[in-house]
Amino acid sequence: MSQTPKIKIRNLYKIFGPAPEKVLDQVRAGLSKDALLAQTNHVLGINNVSIDIPPHGLQVIMGLSGSGKSTLIRHINRLIDPTAGEIVIDGEDVLRMSETRLRDLRRFTTSMVFQKFGLLPHRKILQNVAYGLLVQGKSTQEAEARAREWIARVGLDGYENHYPAQLSGGMQQRVGLARALATDADILLMDEAFSALDPLIRTEMQGILLELQKELHKTIVFITHDLDEALRLGDNIAILRDGAVIQQGSAQDIVLAPADAYIRDFIKDINRGRVLRLGALVKGPAPEAPVLPDDTMLADALMTLSEAPQQRVAVADKAGKVIGGVDLKTAIRAIHA
Amino acid sequence: MDFLTTFPSMGRADLAALRRGIDASFRDFSREWGEAIEAFFHPLLRFLVWFDNLLLNTPWPIILGVIGLLVWAGSRSWLMTLGAVAAFFAIGYFGMWRDTMSTLAIISVATILCIAIGIPLGILMARSNRAQSIITPVLDVMQTIPSFVYLIPVVMLLGIGRVPGLIAVCIYALPPIVRLTNLGIRLVDRDVLEAATAFGASSWQKLWGVQIPLALPNIFAGINQTIMMALAMVVIASMIGVQGLGVPVLRAISNQYLALGVMNGLAIVVLAIIFDRVSQRYGQRLQAHRKGQNQ
Ligand SMILES: Nc1ncnc2c1ncn2[C@@H]1O[C@H](COP(=O)(O)OP(=O)(O)OP(=O)(O)O)[C@@H](O)[C@H]1O
Ligand SMILES: [Mg+2]
Repeated sequence: MSQTPKIKIRNLYKIFGPAPEKVLDQVRAGLSKDALLAQTNHVLGINNVSIDIPPHGLQVIMGLSGSGKSTLIRHINRLIDPTAGEIVIDGEDVLRMSETRLRDLRRFTTSMVFQKFGLLPHRKILQNVAYGLLVQGKSTQEAEARAREWIARVGLDGYENHYPAQLSGGMQQRVGLARALATDADILLMDEAFSALDPLIRTEMQGILLELQKELHKTIVFITHDLDEALRLGDNIAILRDGAVIQQGSAQDIVLAPADAYIRDFIKDINRGRVLRLGALVKGPAPEAPVLPDDTMLADALMTLSEAPQQRVAVADKAGKVIGGVDLKTAIRAIHA
Repeated sequence: MDFLTTFPSMGRADLAALRRGIDASFRDFSREWGEAIEAFFHPLLRFLVWFDNLLLNTPWPIILGVIGLLVWAGSRSWLMTLGAVAAFFAIGYFGMWRDTMSTLAIISVATILCIAIGIPLGILMARSNRAQSIITPVLDVMQTIPSFVYLIPVVMLLGIGRVPGLIAVCIYALPPIVRLTNLGIRLVDRDVLEAATAFGASSWQKLWGVQIPLALPNIFAGINQTIMMALAMVVIASMIGVQGLGVPVLRAISNQYLALGVMNGLAIVVLAIIFDRVSQRYGQRLQAHRKGQNQ
């Protein structure tokens, strides 16, 4: 992470209540969320969060209900003003932006999918998806043409002239997704964007998202409850509890070295064979053959491992250079830790 | 003991002087400004007279046709359209056509005026808590003060005639449209509004693209209430020189003509029912998207 971050969040605090500034010092001194509520009747939304999100990165934010995920993501386009801290996008301080500059940021740079969909109930699906483009000032014709493309892409063609209330929850969520993607913004803010989708469509939408990130170099902030989803999508995962980040890192980092019991609890049911990759287990000398790439998932490597001489394979990095070896026993231990 | 049984009040002479003082200064005010105010309202009078004459001079079949069309446009119901046309026919048949047209004219103009003033006021109230806290008590006074009380200064200022009548009607009928516009905008789902903000909508775009459209059912309920209240003022307005169905009612009261009073009273009720049902139907149709039926 040597490049300058696309989104930089620094020491962010958000306290809900009548006089947040007054209790900020107590929070800084370490007062817990429960104690703060009991003693001062203020709710601790975000507690000293710092995250750097690189360009084209996919940052996943996880945490239990009420841990502050929606609050955090709303700070990025400043739907919520923080109590203290700093948010910088493309080197520009979001908190110092003028009204018009902020509006342009929201129109052209960021785009958002909402947990509760936030569709306009009085407009048809076509106009809903076109909304961001119309607000940008695009002509109705252009906006609707682009909207139609995205409606088809999320699998809703034929529903252009329906109202949101006529669609199922999962369909409405896809309308929200199409609306966000249609504006072609650099940064996608997605608050539980797939939570209402069935597994099949969910996988399809995840595919679209990864495609967009790879091909169009979007920077994505993705909130989810679903750990498997987080591990599959995220380059980097931040886990929140009571508004504070308790661990940040790649899926492998978190699975191999959970920071505390909360996270261990969190990850105990995941399919480790589909998260961990060979690269993370390299140890000792490499045999001549076979050679597997370092991003092979353990589950996929088991077969090769069991048939290899001495049940040991060589692991090569992206450039094809062998970086070491892994044996079957290590792999199985890692899966069943 | 005396102190407890007699209320410590201002002396009778002082009180009389105070009242006389207020009356005199208001009379001076109206002498000074009455004409200017009358001139200010003159265009309104011209419009009212023009509209009244238009209704009276147009052949009745055309009026019936237009009423039928309007009811159909509002309600999309054949039954209602036929009912309304038949009701107007009956009104004419019983000799109340002219008065009904005059009432229709003043109600229409009063409603248009109330909408033109009330909706912007309601929007203002919705956008600023301070405006709300100032306007709300004024509306409370307008709604609760007996109408005869504000007839006095209105008549002192403008004399007897249609314009003071119109103003009296508007004072009484304005509050619901203001209140319901305010309420409707404030009730708009916060999540929807937040989504509009997140896509960079300006406050103007939010007002016209989101808040007003979603408040329309409430705004329509307000318009409906305003019309009903304007109709309720017809008799009182006729006391200060407004033509229409109120005049025969007044005559019936002073001469104890039962049939005349009941017939004209019923004509007012019929107008009220038609206005009410049509505007409610229209309001419901605006909410088609809520029910999830196609179009
Ligand atoms: N407007 C608000 N006023 C007061 N407290 C709030 C407000 N918004 C959020 N909170 C509090 O902030 C905390 C975090 O809420 P948030 O909505 O960010 O949780 P979340 O992680 O998104 O949860 P979920 O997974 O259920 O969506 C909660 O304790 C909540 O009560
Ligand atoms: Mg949330």
